Parts: sequence; structure tokens; C-alpha cells
Amino acid sequence: MALFGLFGKETAARDQAIEHAALRSDRFRMEREGDWKRLEAIVREMERGRFRKLSDDDLLALPALYRTVASSLSIARETSLDAATLAYLEGLVQRAWFVVYGPRATLGSWFRRFLGGGFSASVRGIAADILIALAVMIAGTVVGWLLVANDAEWYHALVPPQFADARVPGASREALHATLFGNTGQGGLSVFAAYLFSNNAQVSILAFALGFAFGVPSLLLLVQNTATLGAMLWLFHDAGLGIDFAGWLSVHGTTELLAILLAGAAGLHIGRSMAFPGERSVMQAASEAGTRAAQVMAGVVLMLVIAAMLEGFARQLIDDTPGRFIVGGAMLAFWIAYLFAFRGNAGK
Amino acid sequence: MSRTVPVRLVRSGRDRTMVTPEGIPLPLTLASRGSRAGALILDLTFIGLLILGTTIALISIAGGTLNLLSRADDATPIGHALQFLFIVWVAAMFLFRNAYFLFFELGPRGATPGKRIAGIRVAARDGGRLTAEMVIARNLLRDIELFLPIVFLASAQDGGDMGAAGLAATAWFLIFALFPFFNRDRLRAGDLIAGSWVVEAPRQRLEQAMSARIAQDAAEPRPDIGFTDAELAVYGEYELQTLERILRENRRESLQAVHETIAGKIGRPADEHPDRAFLEAYYTQLRARLEAGMRMGRRKADKYVPNG
Repeated sequence: MALFGLFGKETAARDQAIEHAALRSDRFRMEREGDWKRLEAIVREMERGRFRKLSDDDLLALPALYRTVASSLSIARETSLDAATLAYLEGLVQRAWFVVYGPRATLGSWFRRFLGGGFSASVRGIAADILIALAVMIAGTVVGWLLVANDAEWYHALVPPQFADARVPGASREALHATLFGNTGQGGLSVFAAYLFSNNAQVSILAFALGFAFGVPSLLLLVQNTATLGAMLWLFHDAGLGIDFAGWLSVHGTTELLAILLAGAAGLHIGRSMAFPGERSVMQAASEAGTRAAQVMAGVVLMLVIAAMLEGFARQLIDDTPGRFIVGGAMLAFWIAYLFAFRGNAGK
Repeated sequence: MSRTVPVRLVRSGRDRTMVTPEGIPLPLTLASRGSRAGALILDLTFIGLLILGTTIALISIAGGTLNLLSRADDATPIGHALQFLFIVWVAAMFLFRNAYFLFFELGPRGATPGKRIAGIRVAARDGGRLTAEMVIARNLLRDIELFLPIVFLASAQDGGDMGAAGLAATAWFLIFALFPFFNRDRLRAGDLIAGSWVVEAPRQRLEQAMSARIAQDAAEPRPDIGFTDAELAVYGEYELQTLERILRENRRESLQAVHETIAGKIGRPADEHPDRAFLEAYYTQLRARLEAGMRMGRRKADKYVPNG
């Protein structure tokens, strides 16, 4: 115990106390109490987030102190019946364990790792679910189209009233054209974008969270949203504006639909892992899928921010179909490259 | 429970054992449902206050005049400024709702301010590191557990029709609110998905060893009470810990009652020595005897275990 040499007088006094202690387990405790107190002081400062107050020596000593105190606990359990000491040691080891093995990443450092490959890695991890969700979305669009094509009354059932202002079956081509073009002078776009983002983000969080019920509600939500899309596609196609509508939609839609696709796939991933856990326990399967899907969802929220900005600004500022297709196509190409080709540093 | 009572004595259905990477089993106590609910209510109050504060601050920045907002669509500088403030407001609302829990649970304490006050924290179920992904997953689920049905309920009320929609929202809310009652580890849906659980944050002060305190007070004259081996053999570890607790609590009536019980059991007169001196002597010698037995690999859990 070279460490104790540093404190001359104190050590002498303590040695005397140790000699006087009646029980061997008390002597054990007195010999080690200094280490315990030091670890407690370090842990207390770290719990309060006051890292600056800690010296480099303290930080370097933390892992060794943690192991020392942990071994003290193991010994005390076998040799001491002092309940107060045992409870204290258990509490201290647990607190130190939380500090040593606690969350290492702050929100900032996690975010950097996330952008640098964590996001795309987890997206590739749920590739199978993305394919299923994509099939469901395409099916939803087709169903929406076919339903409305057979009976225009379906339109009102599928399209929520806030979209069905001028955009109703039987509207003139001019009226529909006006909803797509000529909005460049409109003010309040940024407010609109912020509102859209907040709204869409809650919808996609819902699509993810519903995966908890074995993924079925996630898929239903995808079908419902894409059926709306299919119905509106039919409406504009019927008026000969199909291409223009696709361009209008593609500016933000390529980003937004991709985000919704990922959110639904993330929900499905959880549901599928819980329904078919394989060799793992259901709990374990759920938590593995859940943490991966949560990464994807963080990315989805980010994509929706971008989609809302595109929707609020770019779509109204670019007033011709080819320009809109270029922006939308470029975004789509970017996302596919980033999500499926970009490897980053996540694997390391 | 008083701070002076060693928690080891209190065994409940909430105790779990976690094995650290060093191979040391550590006892954990799951947070009670009441303290979790209390922590959540505190957090929601804090979020509410933050939202209120931000809203008031932004409105006062906007000149304190709400009617200016009607001109927000104008392409004037004031219109742009108000638009900007509104965007800040929407973003702040989103962040308060979604990032509040993330930010605090990723901090060094693994707990939101409400949880910290309630003395609980989030930990990984498998004994490993609590990761950012876990914290994100458990908090995204909070949206469907809590916010969604409340929003739904509020909008159902707006329409004046509380029939089917209200019932559905209430049922939904109850399913998730009561989720922790239907599994062993009191997980809510978010904990299940994230692989986390909520445990009590330990806070145990180091008490002075009972026997050492007795030895240090040697200046005070005390009768020298010796017990024979047979007199010490009647009790085990459980009784020793109970005796330790009684000595720490230091209440006259219980000291007297325990003194009488022990004296009766070992056949000594109960009025020969003062209560405390008798019990301290008995505690020290019983502990010495039991610990000596431990070193030899003999343990006596309680008085019902025969001496062998």
C-alpha cells in the first residue's frame, strides 16, 4: 500500500485504529476505506457532470479504483457480516458501474457517428422489411387508383378534406393546373414548411411505434397514405396533368415518401422480430430490432426536415415540371446512394 | 425507510441481480411504478413550463401584440420576423416534446430531472452499456403510449362526440399505461423495445461500523461482558443484522425489548447490565463468532439452522 505513505500522520492514527478494531472484518474495512471514499468522491462529481473539477489523476484512477472496490465487495460478501458496509459497497459499486459503463456517447457525438455511416448501416440492416414496405406502398397506390377509377365517390373516402379543396373529381383542368403552378408569389411558405415537418414527423413516428403491435398497423398506415396518393394521381391523370402532378410531388415527395417507407419498414422490422424471434427470446429480439429501428427513425425525422424545406420553398419557387423532376430526381439519387451505397465508418 | 437502515435487510419482489462484466453480481432494485409515474408527471410539468416560458418569451419578442400575426403573410420585414419567430416556436415545441427525454437520459446520470428527483434511472437490461439507440427507441414509443391518445382524446372532445373515439382512446391509453403491471420487470412498451429498464439509483452513505464505534468509545467505562460459545450459538446472520439495525436506530423501547428477549433466550437476568452495553457486547461477539465461521466455510443463516 504505497499510496498510504503519502499521508504521514493520518496513516499512523489509522494504523492505531486498525489495531484497536476488535474484528478482522473491521480491520479489512479500515484498510480500504480510503479507496472507497476516493471512488465515491470521483463518482459523485461525475454524476453531477462536473468533469472539470476532476484531476487527470482521478480520471485515470477511476477504472482501477472501480475494480478495487468491486473486489472489496466480493471479499466483504465472504468475510463480513457488517450489513451497513455491504450495503454501502453494493451501492458504490453500482454507481461506479453506471459511470464506467454508462452512456458514453453524448447526443452530439452520437449524431456525428450516426451521419457518418450509422444511419445507412441500420437502413441496410432492415433491407428485407424495406422491400415488404415498398411492395405494400405500391399496392396501396394501385388500389387507391383503381378504386377511384371505378367509382369517383371513393375519392372523398380516400382523400382527407384538407387536400380536397379544389382537387375534387370533376374539377376543371384549369383549376387543377392552378394548384400545381403559379404559387411563387405566395408568402408564409416557411411557416407552412415548419408545420408540415412537425405534422409529418409525428405521422412517421406513429408508423414506427405501431410496429409494436406485430407490424400490422404500420402496414395499414402505409396503405392508407398511399391510397390517398393513388387517388390524387388518378384525378390529375384524368385531367391530363399526370406528369405535371408527378413533378410537383417529386420535389419533396421523393424524400418524404422514402422517409415514410423507412418509418413503416422500421415498424415492420420490430413487429416481424417479435412475431418470429427465431432462436432468441422475444424480449431479446424486440430490443435488438428496436434499437436498430430507432436509428432509422432518427434518420427519418432528419429526412422529413429536408422534405418539409423542399416542400415549403423549392416546390413553390420552381414553377416548371422539368425543373421539379431534376430536383426530385437528384434528391432520390442522393438518398439511394447515401443509404445503400455509403459505408462510412459504421462497421469499424 | 430511514437512511440508517441497511438496505440489505429489505428484500422485496423488486430485487434483481445483474452481473457486471467483471463477474460480480450486483443487486439492483427496480423502480416502483409509483415513483416512475411521479417522475413522469414531474417531467411533463417541466416540459409544460418550458413550453409556456418559450411561448411567452417569443410572444413578447414579437412585440407583445398578437394582432400583428395577422400580417405575418405580408412580405414586409415585420412579416418575415414574425414568420421566423413562428418557425422557432414550432421547432421548439417539437424539440421539447421529443428531445427533452433524449438529452437528459443520455447524460451522465441516465435520468431526466423528474427521474433524478424520484431517485431512479435508466439502465440496460443486459448489464451492458446504455446506448444512444436504446434511449431513442424507448422515448419514441412514449409518443404512442402517452401523447397520441391524449391528443386523440382532446380532438375527440373538440367535436363534442366522446362516444366510440373517446372510448377507443381511453382503452388505448389504459393498455399502455397498465403495461408495466403485466410483466415481471415492470417494463413499459418502450423499455421492452429498447432493452432497457428503470432501476433505483443507489444512494447509500457509509455508516461507521457498529463494532468499530463500540471499540472507539472505549474511554467510556463499560462493563466487560463475556458470552460463552453456547450463548452465542443460538443466533445466526439474520438475527445479527436485525440486532445491527436495532442498535443503529437506537430506540430505547426496542433496545429494552431485544435485550429481554436475548437474555431470556440464553438464560441470563435481564437487569444485570444496561440495555445498550449488553447488546453491543453481544453484537460484537456474535459477529466475531459468525465471521470466524464464515472463514471456515460455515455459515449460519438464522437461528433455525442447527449448529454443525
